Amino acid sequence: MNAVLEQLLQVGFFAAIIRIATPLALATLGEMISERSGVLNLGIEGIMLLSAMTGFTAAYYSGNLWLGVLAAAATGAAMAALHALFTVGLGLSQHVCGIGITLFCTGLAFFFFRLIFVDSSRPPTVESFAAVSLPLLSAIPILGPVLFNQFTLTYLTVIAVPVIAVVLYRTPWGLNLRMAGENPRAADAAGVSVMATRFQAVILGGALMGVAGAFLTMAQFNTFTFGVISGRGWIAIALVVFGRWDPWRCAGAALLFAFVDAVQLRLQAAGIGHIPYEAFLVLPFVFTIAAMAVMSRNAAAPPALLKPFRKEER
Amino acid sequence: MIRLEARSSTPAWFNLALPLAAILATLILCSGLIAIAGASIFESYGIMLQAAFGDLQALREGDFYAITETLVRAAPMIFTGLAVAVAFRAKFWNIGAEGQLLAGAIAGGVVGTIPMPGALAMLAMAAAGGIAGGAVALVPAWLRVRLKVDDVVSSLLLNSVVYYGLMALIEGPWKDPLSGYPISPPIQDSANFPVFLEGTRLHLGVIVALLAAPIVWFVIARTVLGFSIRVTGENPEAARYAGIRVERVLLSTALLSGALAGLAGVGEVGGVHYQVMSEISPGFGYSGIVIAMLARLNPLGVVPAAIFLSAVMTGSAAMSRATGVPTFLGDVIQGTALLMMLVALLFTGYRLRFSGAGR
Repeated sequence: MNAVLEQLLQVGFFAAIIRIATPLALATLGEMISERSGVLNLGIEGIMLLSAMTGFTAAYYSGNLWLGVLAAAATGAAMAALHALFTVGLGLSQHVCGIGITLFCTGLAFFFFRLIFVDSSRPPTVESFAAVSLPLLSAIPILGPVLFNQFTLTYLTVIAVPVIAVVLYRTPWGLNLRMAGENPRAADAAGVSVMATRFQAVILGGALMGVAGAFLTMAQFNTFTFGVISGRGWIAIALVVFGRWDPWRCAGAALLFAFVDAVQLRLQAAGIGHIPYEAFLVLPFVFTIAAMAVMSRNAAAPPALLKPFRKEER
Repeated sequence: MIRLEARSSTPAWFNLALPLAAILATLILCSGLIAIAGASIFESYGIMLQAAFGDLQALREGDFYAITETLVRAAPMIFTGLAVAVAFRAKFWNIGAEGQLLAGAIAGGVVGTIPMPGALAMLAMAAAGGIAGGAVALVPAWLRVRLKVDDVVSSLLLNSVVYYGLMALIEGPWKDPLSGYPISPPIQDSANFPVFLEGTRLHLGVIVALLAAPIVWFVIARTVLGFSIRVTGENPEAARYAGIRVERVLLSTALLSGALAGLAGVGEVGGVHYQVMSEISPGFGYSGIVIAMLARLNPLGVVPAAIFLSAVMTGSAAMSRATGVPTFLGDVIQGTALLMMLVALLFTGYRLRFSGAGR
């Protein structure tokens, strides 16, 4: 047991939490922005997968990882725009449409990956992002290596949290976005285009989901596999509930979840007793369901979530 | 507002025309992918069609092997399609048919290893699988009714939970002692479902699946439970006002839906694989959502919709071998069909809105 504790208290463990939290935080923030405007995006799992694939492919052929990130963000935005077209433009069921987007994007990701990289025993890889040590800061004992020796995308994610919070709570656009999700009728009466606002929110959210996918194939790992997302998108949806639709709490939820995941990974590696490794793999999912049970959905959900808006309806 | 369960005020031929239009649009859109992959569009679709239903010569000679294979693959999808259709009727968003199927397969696989006379063994397997699937579906329904937890997310996450449970079993205590592979020991020979056509795999489970559709249709359309399910889905407030205990209806719906998905798993164990392995379902549960929507949540429509998707899946594998177009075209068709069907449903929605506005 002491050996396990020792494993947990290493610097590498805490650095791993931050690394694992990055894609989750990005995806959760993206989903949160979308939902705050009134649109649930269940396409997230597929959008992350397809973006991870296009981002990886772009990086593989251009040799430029940032071009890959850009391609992933563009893919995420494009697929989210499709979701917005169906759910906001045409007012279709957000639940079923999101599942449709996930199935569609998953199919596309597999199809094009197999088409571009013909089945081979050696999977294609890229030279993934290297961790960047921030000068001076990374020299701080303990905190330095944990917080300031991370990927550039992780630093950007950390910056994104306050930026999104300010945009959401302190700018006119953020106010419009929240009104579109809370009282679209009032927003419309105030001269805000609910449709346009929701489109923008869903697309921005999709771009963040795309970057989350890119992080997995270009920073956390260095290749694309069919199981690279493996439920992270679904977990992000639950984390939005757990984070009560607030950027800070959502980031916190991602960190908490990453902690559980990191513990799970360490326990798996330590191999205590005869507990099958699946028991640890299942932990994050059970934890998420339990967390949702504790924080019931209706607590803070945007009132107009799932409700299509039509201007002429009264 | 576009409602999922479109009312009967739309003409009956819509039920056929809308899915057909959606499928046609899907095939046209996906032909672009075939072109990108550098294959001939008509040849590729032709190969899919032949692989799924047999070529003309074989059919003329009375060789229906391809059709029976498509039916065998359609059987679990009929069950998951019914499971989703029943759930969505009550607006219980059960995205967990995949996990419920796996639970049914595990339970059926365990019971199937117990020595019993054949008929009894099959009944016991079905009962165990149905109960297991229903129990898994009950979790998200109960969480929603009691704690207001979103059923979409909880049922989705449970898929992973059940999957890892299955993996832990077949890699651990349940590993086949003979082969040492991560698969369950085979069920008793007496529990193997009988095959109805010599030289094919057309097993008892396929027949049961085909019979299940009209039975579920009867339950939904003609029984008190079915009525409560429909009213709960269409207008829970009115249902409550009429004295229907909405919470109880949701739980019953979950049991029924999960049991149907569980039977899909039992059929695969008893009729196809005779044991349980990790890849026993290539996403049958998710296909169920597409099928239920194509069927417009009508249990009778589930059968042709499931046969269509089954044909796409078997067909795309053969097409891939012949033309080199990745077999995942089948998955793209599945996702596109769902989206196109949603768009097609707009036509019913507008119909509804104009007639209902009283202008």
